[in-house]
Amino acid sequence: MKKILLIIQREYLTRVRKKSFIIMIFVVPLLIFAMGAAIALVAKNSNELTEKQVVMVLDENGQFAGKFKDQKNLEFKYSRESLEDVKTELKKDGNLSALQIPADYKKKDAVKIYSKKKPGITLTEKIEREMNDIAVNNSMIKNHIDTALLNSVKSNISLNAIEITETGDNKTNLGANIGVGIACSILIYLSLFIYGAQVMRGVIEEKTSRIIEVIISSVKPFQLMLGKIIGVGLVGLTQFAAWIVLSIVATKIAGNAFASPGGNLMGAIAVLQTIPFGKILLCFIFYFLTGYLLYSALFAAVGSAVDSETETQQFMFPITLPLLFTYLLSVSILFRAPDSALAVWLSIIPLTSPVAMMLRMPFGVPDWQLALSMALLVLGFLFTTYVAARIYRVGVLMYGKKASYKELVKWFFYKE
Amino acid sequence: MLSIRNIVKQYAGHRALSDVSLEVESGQVFGLLGPNGAGKTSLIRIINQITAPDSGEVLFNGEKLNQSHINRIGYLPEERGLYKKMEIGEQMIYLARLKGLSREDAIKRLNVWFERLDMQSWWKKKIEELSKGMQQKAQFVATVLHEPDLIILDEPFSGFDPVNAEIIKNEILELNRKGATILFSTHRMESVEELCDSIALINKSHKILDGTVKDIRNSYRNATYQIEYNGETIAFDGKQPFDVLEEKPGANNDHRLKIKLKDTSNSNEVLQYLLPKVHVNMLQEVIPSMHEIFIEQVNLIR
Repeated sequence: MKKILLIIQREYLTRVRKKSFIIMIFVVPLLIFAMGAAIALVAKNSNELTEKQVVMVLDENGQFAGKFKDQKNLEFKYSRESLEDVKTELKKDGNLSALQIPADYKKKDAVKIYSKKKPGITLTEKIEREMNDIAVNNSMIKNHIDTALLNSVKSNISLNAIEITETGDNKTNLGANIGVGIACSILIYLSLFIYGAQVMRGVIEEKTSRIIEVIISSVKPFQLMLGKIIGVGLVGLTQFAAWIVLSIVATKIAGNAFASPGGNLMGAIAVLQTIPFGKILLCFIFYFLTGYLLYSALFAAVGSAVDSETETQQFMFPITLPLLFTYLLSVSILFRAPDSALAVWLSIIPLTSPVAMMLRMPFGVPDWQLALSMALLVLGFLFTTYVAARIYRVGVLMYGKKASYKELVKWFFYKE
Repeated sequence: MLSIRNIVKQYAGHRALSDVSLEVESGQVFGLLGPNGAGKTSLIRIINQITAPDSGEVLFNGEKLNQSHINRIGYLPEERGLYKKMEIGEQMIYLARLKGLSREDAIKRLNVWFERLDMQSWWKKKIEELSKGMQQKAQFVATVLHEPDLIILDEPFSGFDPVNAEIIKNEILELNRKGATILFSTHRMESVEELCDSIALINKSHKILDGTVKDIRNSYRNATYQIEYNGETIAFDGKQPFDVLEEKPGANNDHRLKIKLKDTSNSNEVLQYLLPKVHVNMLQEVIPSMHEIFIEQVNLIR
C-alpha cells in the first residue's frame, strides 16, 4: 500500500510540475471563453444591424408609402425621385440603399434593392418581413377584412416549458439544458481521451526506457499500473478543480463589471439557475472518475502490448469506438430526445454511459436509471481493470514481439 | 543465502530453464555464466520475483521466497533504464523508497555515494542530459542504495568504459567485503576468475557445471606442464616420465615444451630427468582457464 502511494505521488507530481500543465489550466478556460464570446458575437450580429442603414423606398404605386416601420439602426425614407437620380446618391453613401417596388410587385423577382455594397442578409430579411406584412394587410383591406379586429385577435404565442416534479412545478429552459448537456458530454469525452492517453503514454515510456524491470523488481505490476492510473486521474481532478475555481472567479469579476440592472446577464443567470448544477457536478466527477478508471485500464493494457506509440493504432480503434460513437450520436441526435430508448440504453451500458448520461443529466434522469448506470459502470471498471492487469503484467516484459489479439488472449491466460 | 531447487520455466515456444538447482553461499561472489539465450536472465527474473517458475522453489535464507524479501535484494537488469525526464537525485530517492528506505536515509546515503563516485554535481540533472556511461553509474547507485543483502547484477560491465568498469568492479568487491552476497551474470570470462568465488554454467536451459572456481579449475587439470629451458635440444628416447605435446625451439638455445605426465609420474621426476641435461628456466602446470572450460563445455553440449 505504501508503495502504491509512492507511485501515485511520483506520477502526480511529475505531471503537475510540468509547464504544460500550468499553461493548460489558464489556456483552456480562456479558449472556451473566447469561443463563447465569438459565438455570442456572431449570433448577435446575425440578428441585428450594426450600423445605421437608410432605405429609400421608390414605390411606384404608393401602396407601401408610409407603412414601413423604422427599426433599430434601420430607417425608411420615401422618395419620388427616379432610380437614376437615387443611384448617384447611393454611390456616395455605402449605408444607403434603394428599394424599388414596381406596381406589379407580386411578380417573381419584381422588387429590387440597390446599394453600393452587397446588402447583408439581415437587412434583406428585415425588409422582406415588413413588405410581406404590409402586402398581407393591403390584401385584407382590399378584401374588406377588418384589420383592426384581426390585430386584436392575433396572438404571439411561444411555449413556456414547465416540468412537473415532486417538489413543485419548475420552469425549465430547453436551450440551456441542451447547452449544458452537450457541454458536459463533450468535456467528459475529451477528458476520458486525454487522461486515458496519458496513462498509455506513461506505460510506453516505462517500457521503452526499460525502467520497467527495475520498478517491477520492487513492486507488483498491478501496483504500478494502479498507481499510475490513480496518479494521472488525480491530475485530471486537479485540472478540473482549477478550472472550476477559475471560472467562478471569472464570472464574479464579469458579474461585477457588467452588472447592469435588468441586463441580459441576469436573465441568463436566472435561466441557468433552474439547472441542478450541484447534482450535475457531482455526477460529472463520478462519471469522469469511474469512466476514466474503466478506459485508462484498457489504455494501460494497450500501452503494455506495444513497443512504441505508433503501434497503438490497431488496439486503440476498438477501445475508442464506443466513446466516439456515443459522442457523435449525443451531439447530433440524442440531445433532441434525451429520454428515447437509445439514449436510455446508451446511458446504462458501461462503455458508453459516461458520455450519454452526462448529456441526459440536465434534462433530469430517473433515480433508478442513474443508480443502475453507476452500479454497472463500477462493475465495468472492476472488470476492465482485472482484464487489463492480466495483460499488462505479461506485456510490460515483452519486447520486440509484435502483439496480436491472439497474443493478448494468451497473455491473459498465463499463470503468474 | 540463496537456494534454488529444481526450477523449471517454460515459455510458449521454448524451455528457458529445465530442472536448474543452485546454491549461493552467504558472502560469496557468484557468477552465473552461459552463452546468450541460455536462460540466465530467466533465472534472475525468477529470483527477483518478476516472473514465477512453473515448478521448483527458491529459498532465501531458508525461507520460501516472498514479497518481504524484495527490499533485501538489489537488481541491475541487463537492459538499463531510468526515467529520462526525471531529475537524477529525485529518481534515486524514489527508487530507494520503493525498496523501503525512508526519504531521509535515502538522501543521506545518496550523498555518500555521489561523493564516492564523483557525482555531486548531478543531483538536479535529468537522465537524458547524461552520457550513457554516466547513466550506468547512476543506475548502479540506484541498485545498491538500499544496502541489499543480495545484489543481482545482469551483465554489470557491459556499457562501461575500462576506467569506469574498474571503478564499478572495485565497488562491487567493496560491497562484498562489507557482507553483501553478489550474484552476477556475464559472458566476460576474464572478470570471472578475478571476481568470483563460485560459478554456475548454464547452457540451453540446463545447468551443466557449478562449484567454486578453484575446484572447477582443479578438476580440469590434466597433468599438463609448460617448460622453458636453455641448452642443447634434448633428444627424447622414450624413457622420460612424460609425453611431449609440443616443442618450440627459440633463439639462443632457448626452448619451450608442453608436456603431459605419464600415469605414475609427478613434476619432481620431470625435473630430475631434465636437470642433468639442460638449464631449466621454468616449469609450470597448465590449468585451463575458465574461458577454456566454458568453451569446451558449451561445445560439448552442442
